[in-house]
Amino acid sequence: MSKIKQRFVALPKPVKILLWVLLALFAYALPLLEPPIISTPGVDFGGVLFVVTMYCLVAIGLNIVVGYAGLLDLGYVGFYAIGAYTAAVLTSFHAHWPLLLAIPVAVVVTTISGVLLGAPTLRVRGDYLAIVTLGFGEIIRLVAVNSEWLNQRKGISDIARPPSIGGQEGLFEIPHLFWGDGTVLVDTKDTTQFLVFGVLDQIPYYWLGLTVVIVMLFADRLIKNSRVGRAWEATREDEDAAELMGVPTFKFKLLAFATGAFVGGLAGSLYASRQNFINPDSFLLLYSILFLAAVVVGGQGNRWGVLVGAILVAYLPQRFREFDDFRVLAFGLALVLLATLRPEGLFPPRRTVRAKHLEQELEELEEGAGGEESARV
Amino acid sequence: MLLEVEGLCVNYGHIEAIRDISFSVPEGTVTTLIGANGAGKTTTLKTISGLRKVRAGSVRFEGRDINDIPPYDRVKLGIGQSPEGRRCFVGMTVRENLEMGAFTRNDRKSAAYREDMERVLTLFPRLEERIDQISGTMSGGEQQMLAIGRALMARPRLLLLDEPSMGLAPKLIQQIFTIITEINQQGTTVLLVEQNAAQALKRSHDAHILETGEIIRSGTGADLAVDPAVKAAYLGGDV
Repeated sequence: MSKIKQRFVALPKPVKILLWVLLALFAYALPLLEPPIISTPGVDFGGVLFVVTMYCLVAIGLNIVVGYAGLLDLGYVGFYAIGAYTAAVLTSFHAHWPLLLAIPVAVVVTTISGVLLGAPTLRVRGDYLAIVTLGFGEIIRLVAVNSEWLNQRKGISDIARPPSIGGQEGLFEIPHLFWGDGTVLVDTKDTTQFLVFGVLDQIPYYWLGLTVVIVMLFADRLIKNSRVGRAWEATREDEDAAELMGVPTFKFKLLAFATGAFVGGLAGSLYASRQNFINPDSFLLLYSILFLAAVVVGGQGNRWGVLVGAILVAYLPQRFREFDDFRVLAFGLALVLLATLRPEGLFPPRRTVRAKHLEQELEELEEGAGGEESARV
Repeated sequence: MLLEVEGLCVNYGHIEAIRDISFSVPEGTVTTLIGANGAGKTTTLKTISGLRKVRAGSVRFEGRDINDIPPYDRVKLGIGQSPEGRRCFVGMTVRENLEMGAFTRNDRKSAAYREDMERVLTLFPRLEERIDQISGTMSGGEQQMLAIGRALMARPRLLLLDEPSMGLAPKLIQQIFTIITEINQQGTTVLLVEQNAAQALKRSHDAHILETGEIIRSGTGADLAVDPAVKAAYLGGDV
């Protein structure tokens, strides 16, 4: 794995960019190609891919909170819910705004909710924060269950869709591939209209989701390499030492929380739009755990790692639908195995690997030398 | 006076860690607090840098009461600390640690910044050799150098050093103390906390002895080094 990475890094810049563009094009074309093995029999492939992009988005957001700033958030679905409900209320239940106007408002509302939750709770550390956020996720869901203003358990339907380009017919039609026995055909009857956000064809939603994910990846990279990213890293490693360097750690933790909420709210509002209907059951605690699983499985702190984690967590259960309830069992077993064999995740950031190895070595040394640190000088 | 501590009391819960201590650090000096484990040395430093809350009394920096100023703003005033146990950012490289030390500065591209980096790397040539190494993989002595260098990157007027000799080999301790003197001669005031009384007293202008949260003796470093009671208790001399 690291060899492939080394080779890639050694490539000249134009080649690297070209490879990235090809990868992106392949990702965009994936639902049209419907390659066998990868494609999901029995479930709409475009729909599965859309959900995958939502998990990717959520993983990027949660990774900022958990991976970069080191704040364990067990209630991330709360932000997802706030984004979704804000979009739902504004475009269907209490007003009829166009979606493109509702999404920015939903995102702002979610960000504010992140600050409101963070301001009192980020003063507690570690496990306590996990408990408080766990409660937050549940509170949001229970508010939705009980509030008439949010239509209680009945939920909200007719949430607005994104505007189609080129009217009902779209600008042009793109045929899908059809994989027969050993032959590949271009199926002119099975087409996707560019760009119509309708009921049946999920592919345009996937394209939208993928675009947002790519934009967020760029933003994530910018922020990680900035002064802010460094401050998060220092805070995560040693809060007191960070304060002594002049980092207002509380403000930076709050910023991480708000940024995470921003991304979560964006994902939630997109999800609500595609789904067209939401109710409190769309935002169970289980999703917080799955989101966190995506981040941890992939390797918290590494943006590509958490993307892989998100893809696995969202895609595999759909691919192996025929195994029914056994897939949950398999998922649980896989998590246990992973936690034992690769506790830092599939693709941990390099620093974590080194730091972990080091900690182990130091512990062994200290045990051996009876805490006599001078032995290592 | 650069730093004045007056009637300072600090608690951990109900336990009094520091009871009514007063001392001051004149500009340009090395001042030392010595004392045994649990005497309150680290607590005193943490209170000066703002990590601990004051129960009573005051800490004044350049005549200004800084009790209500949070630790991250005290760095901007000119108080830098190398904390107990070094506490480098172990996942970051040496260079990144030093950059972290300059977090409050916004002159990253200036000549002054490069000069400061240069100065730290001249003081600690070992750091230059290991500039791109992950700091956690370095020895205790190297990490101590990094912790001091990191604190210097903020250009502190007062440098707080918490047990820089802890856990180091005798030869290295000697080296660290020499560097502390050098830093002082370059114009930085140093407040040092130490258990290694012999070395510390030799190198400091003023010294105060802390015992169970109180200052029991003060004087110049040279005076205390020959004081019979101090010798008996801290320097392993005749009883």
